[in-house]
Amino acid sequence: MADGSIGLWTVPLAVLGGAIRVSTPFLFVSLGECITERSGRINLGLEGTLVMGAMSAYGSSYLTGSPWLGVLAAGITGALLGALHAGICSLPRVNDVAVGIALMLFGTGLAFYLGKPLIEPTAARLPAIDFGWWSDIPQVRAALRVNVLFLIGVALAPILYWAFRTTRWGLLIRTAGESSDATRAMGHSVLLIRLRATMVGGFLAGIGGSFLSLFYPGSWNEGLSSGQGITAVALVIFARWDPLLCLWASLAFGGAAALGPALQSVGVTSGYHLFNAAPYILTLAIMIMTCSPKRTLTGAPAELSITR
Amino acid sequence: MDLGRISRRHLLQGGAALTLGAAVGARPAFAAETTIGFIYVGSRDDYGYNQAHAQGAAALKKIPGLKVVEEEKVPETDAVEKTIESMINLDGATLLFPTSFGYYNPHMVKMATKYPKIHFEHCGGLWTDKDPKNAGSYFGYIDEAQYISGIVAGYTSKSGKLGFVAAKPIPQVLRNINAFALGAKLANPKATTQVIFTGDWSMPVKEAEATNSLIDQGVDVLTCHVDGPKTMVENAARRGAFVCGYHTNQSPLAPKAYLTGAEWNWEALYPKFVKMIAAGESIPNFYRGGLKEEIVKTSPYGEAVSAEARKHADEVKAKFLSAEGYAIFKGGLVDNKGKTVIAAGTDRGQKDPELEKMDYLVEGVIGATS
Repeated sequence: MADGSIGLWTVPLAVLGGAIRVSTPFLFVSLGECITERSGRINLGLEGTLVMGAMSAYGSSYLTGSPWLGVLAAGITGALLGALHAGICSLPRVNDVAVGIALMLFGTGLAFYLGKPLIEPTAARLPAIDFGWWSDIPQVRAALRVNVLFLIGVALAPILYWAFRTTRWGLLIRTAGESSDATRAMGHSVLLIRLRATMVGGFLAGIGGSFLSLFYPGSWNEGLSSGQGITAVALVIFARWDPLLCLWASLAFGGAAALGPALQSVGVTSGYHLFNAAPYILTLAIMIMTCSPKRTLTGAPAELSITR
Repeated sequence: MDLGRISRRHLLQGGAALTLGAAVGARPAFAAETTIGFIYVGSRDDYGYNQAHAQGAAALKKIPGLKVVEEEKVPETDAVEKTIESMINLDGATLLFPTSFGYYNPHMVKMATKYPKIHFEHCGGLWTDKDPKNAGSYFGYIDEAQYISGIVAGYTSKSGKLGFVAAKPIPQVLRNINAFALGAKLANPKATTQVIFTGDWSMPVKEAEATNSLIDQGVDVLTCHVDGPKTMVENAARRGAFVCGYHTNQSPLAPKAYLTGAEWNWEALYPKFVKMIAAGESIPNFYRGGLKEEIVKTSPYGEAVSAEARKHADEVKAKFLSAEGYAIFKGGLVDNKGKTVIAAGTDRGQKDPELEKMDYLVEGVIGATS
């Protein structure tokens, strides 16, 4: 169109663009949590890990000038927080849910404290790959500017799915999640497996945080996560501990988050609070559709403290 | 790498305070050390609303004989009453600045009744005769600066479509949106301003999505009213759109895209208040002011602002600064549903309290308040 507007097409395009832009943190956190929960432990602290990851990535990128070092720093920070969670949970009679909540508060608090001087400066951002080169429409090109972390996340989902089913490590993680007695009988340490699974989960969640501060929305501030880490942990249950379903659920959440602003921009202005709540309505609807009072959650690892 | 940036703000604050100290001349003689308490609803370093207040508090810290205590992220609930009590009883504060809109009624009014000897200055509230005399409310007519931004935006926009990323449809926000839209129409009578409400003061992902959606609709100049404008400014500049800032000067984030902005000037007002108290003068309980009273200011024009836009904006600014003032909301004003909201012939001057109850969006704004 002559004036550069694409009218109502904005809505599907924004949902597509939102699915690509907003979903990445959900994807990384939920895949990480999927690994941790499959090993029989819940780490609710990933909200804190996400925020710490975002802060450390921004800080590292600002100080070194390299956003990729920022991503690495975020991953390492996340792995360390994961190790802390697993370490405390290794002690006898420690509840992993309670430790997770404590670490969530610790992670966000520490990130806010250390991140104070990082709010004003501008750090180097991660580059985007232009997948919209074939289109003349600037809106399409903007929606298809994809970050490589998103692609890694998308590739990681089937790889994890495959690894859980067919590799030795996948089997060990699942065994630790289903029966700690069987794991011990096989001669493996349950705590060590869970430590590694929690560290990998934290590593991925940290990288999810680096996407927030280094790509989209692309700067560090204290409202950055606004609960996305917690939502992603809930996504894992919603996705029945299946990495492929985590991918679809993350994409749906990303798209739903874009719906509210997009509808307002084309003039659907009534009830924007309702559209802003779209992701949560979606969760409720799917939960109601898929749950049944006659059976327990399918796919739930038997060792999880919430299902045991 | 530019490490100097971290401390730039502190340097500026220091500079401002030194100038003030010099301007005050005879420094206020406080008998004993006076403690002043500042309460913020969000983070003190949000590059926005709360930071603007914190800069005002920092200006007070430089004055000898004053001690400033601060608490951030205090919710607009009973929590603020506890903070006020502890600032009075534990820190010995005698002057308090609760800086968020929702603190006023019932929380601060209750505390002011309980502690009649303590002086309260609230930002944004509407003080009435029924409220305690030791309480006051001050606010700045930042819509004057938004009006100037609107003029500049109207000249700069090629599509005639402007965008406004807003948090909630409360009177202060609506007044800013309307002033921006009316300013833009002064420059380009066909200009429209599209508004998107994100639902809360700090929602970076929603703000980024709103910015992208507006630009997808052909909007090429954006401004906002959220706590931290950084997300909007950076994301809009990345998409090649122009921006007008809010709360503080965000031009370092996007020097080429930044046109101008509406800024608070608390670092001038707070030392003035303290000076008035020290001199034994009473601060009016209902204290308001705009560009003329130096409570708000506009950011310096960016390089993309045309000479024509500068000239028109400066002319209007001069009218705001003049003795007779200037009315943004003139009679015969129609809202975007076609209803006349200000009858013809009754201009509402800036000090008209009716404007602080605004619940409409003017003609030319695309959006709804609910």
